[in-house]
Amino acid sequence: MVTMTYRDALNEALREEMQRDERVFLMGEEVGEYDGAYKVSRGLLKEFGPMRVVDTPIAELGFTGLGAGAAMVGLRPVIELMTWNFALLAIDQIVNSIAKLRYMSGGQVSVPMVIRGPNGAALQLAAQHSQAFEAWYAYIPGLKVVMPATPADAKGLLKSAIRDDDPVVFMEGEMLYNLKGEVPEGDITIPIGSADVKRAGSDVTIVCHSKTVAPALKAADRLAEEDISAEVVDLRTIRPMDTDTILTSVSKTNRCVVAEEGWPFCGVGAQVVDNIQRNIFDELDAPVIRVTGEDVPMPYNKRLEKAAKVDATKIVAAAKRVLYLE
Amino acid sequence: MSGSTVSKKKGPKRPAKAAAAVTAEQCRDWYHQLCLLRRFEEKAAEAYSLGKIGGFCHLYIGQEAVGVGVMAALREDDYIVTSYREHGLALARGVPARSIMAELYGKADGCSGGKGGSMHLFDVSRNFLGGHAIVGGQIPLGTGMAFAAKYRGTDQVSVSFFGEAAANIGSFHESLNMASLWKLPAVYVLENNGYGMGTAIARATANMDLFHRAYSYDMEAEAVDGQDVLAVRDAMERAVERARTKSEPTLLEMQTYRYVGHSMSDAAHGTYRTKDEVEEYRKRDPLVILAAFMKKQGMIDDDGLKAMDDEVKAEVQEALDYAEQSPDPAPEALYTDVYAEDG
Ligand SMILES: Cc1ncc(C[n+]2csc(CCOP(=O)(O)OP(=O)(O)O)c2C)c(N)n1
Ligand SMILES: [Mg+2]
Repeated sequence: MVTMTYRDALNEALREEMQRDERVFLMGEEVGEYDGAYKVSRGLLKEFGPMRVVDTPIAELGFTGLGAGAAMVGLRPVIELMTWNFALLAIDQIVNSIAKLRYMSGGQVSVPMVIRGPNGAALQLAAQHSQAFEAWYAYIPGLKVVMPATPADAKGLLKSAIRDDDPVVFMEGEMLYNLKGEVPEGDITIPIGSADVKRAGSDVTIVCHSKTVAPALKAADRLAEEDISAEVVDLRTIRPMDTDTILTSVSKTNRCVVAEEGWPFCGVGAQVVDNIQRNIFDELDAPVIRVTGEDVPMPYNKRLEKAAKVDATKIVAAAKRVLYLE
Repeated sequence: MSGSTVSKKKGPKRPAKAAAAVTAEQCRDWYHQLCLLRRFEEKAAEAYSLGKIGGFCHLYIGQEAVGVGVMAALREDDYIVTSYREHGLALARGVPARSIMAELYGKADGCSGGKGGSMHLFDVSRNFLGGHAIVGGQIPLGTGMAFAAKYRGTDQVSVSFFGEAAANIGSFHESLNMASLWKLPAVYVLENNGYGMGTAIARATANMDLFHRAYSYDMEAEAVDGQDVLAVRDAMERAVERARTKSEPTLLEMQTYRYVGHSMSDAAHGTYRTKDEVEEYRKRDPLVILAAFMKKQGMIDDDGLKAMDDEVKAEVQEALDYAEQSPDPAPEALYTDVYAEDG
């Protein structure tokens, strides 16, 4: 094990995959000479040169589609979007081309590409720069949506995403890049579609992903102080969703809270709740409660922003409600 | 004939190119193809009217010389992407008429397994990488294929077809900029048929000399008589040569016209253009132009032309029979091809 940041774990995954496979290239705004808007691609231009680490014009639709065309004929592009807010400019290519080419061609065309960048809010960036979009992409058949919360998961999942024969939407977090953690050495991959029990417990399940994993673990610590044992299930992949791990956990605890950064309406948590009630309705001792971002565009003001976001306190309160303690 | 190509490039004018040599055999082959594209579309229209073909169905009648001339300048390993008006382009690329007709019928033997339909014809074995139905959506894809050719150091060329209305969408501009910036072996074939659905170019486009748009991106461009298969072939050969040997992109504006409605759901004329206008353009029918040239050169006579047309009609009938008899896709096909592991 080596301790490293989430940023460096992604950097290592990119470097190792580019060393392993000549078809892999990185393309996006500021990925080369600037070393990445968030420094994820630091040093890669120097090592691999400008044909494989390509700085683009500000043309999200164009270069995402260009990546797709290259993938259709056998390359393995990693397209970096400066943030997922800007992916809205590229969403036509992601939804109308990338997700559907295999199907529309009757299985003749593969689009093995990764589209990656930070998702969700950072600090005080206001409404247009603070949005969580995973539910949008998870909705689309043909896409996979991967959202690691730790450095180890970031490295193992990015490697799997690059090796996958289907397009993968890979969502990181500006607030995660500096997170430190243990990462196994060597060529370790983590299968797409597998959730991870980040903390075992018996009284209540907290399902979370990406930036709600840390507050969920903090909430579990606080609940433990009150002798409540919480199990924390990190989805890691939104689509395909690891329903088995969720159901196994909730069958054991009989109570569940789902926490996500995004908005409540049609969110990822709604899908988790559907999976639970459809499959193990009789195991539930209480309705499942969702903790989400508030249903408003993100405000700039620091206090208001804090109020809009999910935190450990909100998760603790929800856990107590499903335990009928509050 | 190829004197009808107008070469407009920035900077000093090059000497006019002499018409590339052409053999009787080539002309016969092209005439055969023009007939095939025409008769195929007429048959498809008939089948559509009988309810055998569903959805949107955009015919290529009037524009055939563009498809045939462009494909004549390509190699088997070059890449092609197109819009939804692509039956004729697939035929000209050599995709068998029967597998295209079966696809229009939505049948299992269709070139996309019955899952794509008229707007999504694919044949990977011929690097025919799709009809795409979002206006302009294929242009970045074709640009990416050119990028891949350069990345791998092959001398393949990537050709993106699209209509003149697509030149107003962002993906066109973003793609041309990147292709020129990175010197990609791409050819952009803009088929200017004068209309985007019912919108005449003058009502949607500020500068109607569309090939001028290449100059904003420091790219070579030509305006070409798109009714003349030789002019198209010659211009395309120049563009392909530039892409293959210098890895530089070109925009070709093919000036053409569609004699039929935008799709099978609208009339050839009426609301947005007059019958007279259509009749006027019919005088420059690509089949008539090539036939006249061949006759003048003594390459063929009327009997020969008719024999070829009859041959094609039989071929198209065979394609239709094949489509009729092909089965629907198996019910399980609904769930396959979403992801790689679905098989
Ligand atoms: C982005 C988008 N907007 C609108 C449409 C509907 N539409 C389909 S074809 C078309 C006209 C396109 O004209 P042009 O690019 O000139 O091609 P042509 O049909 O003449 O071959 C329109 C508006 C679409 N498919 N995609
Ligand atoms: Mg048009």
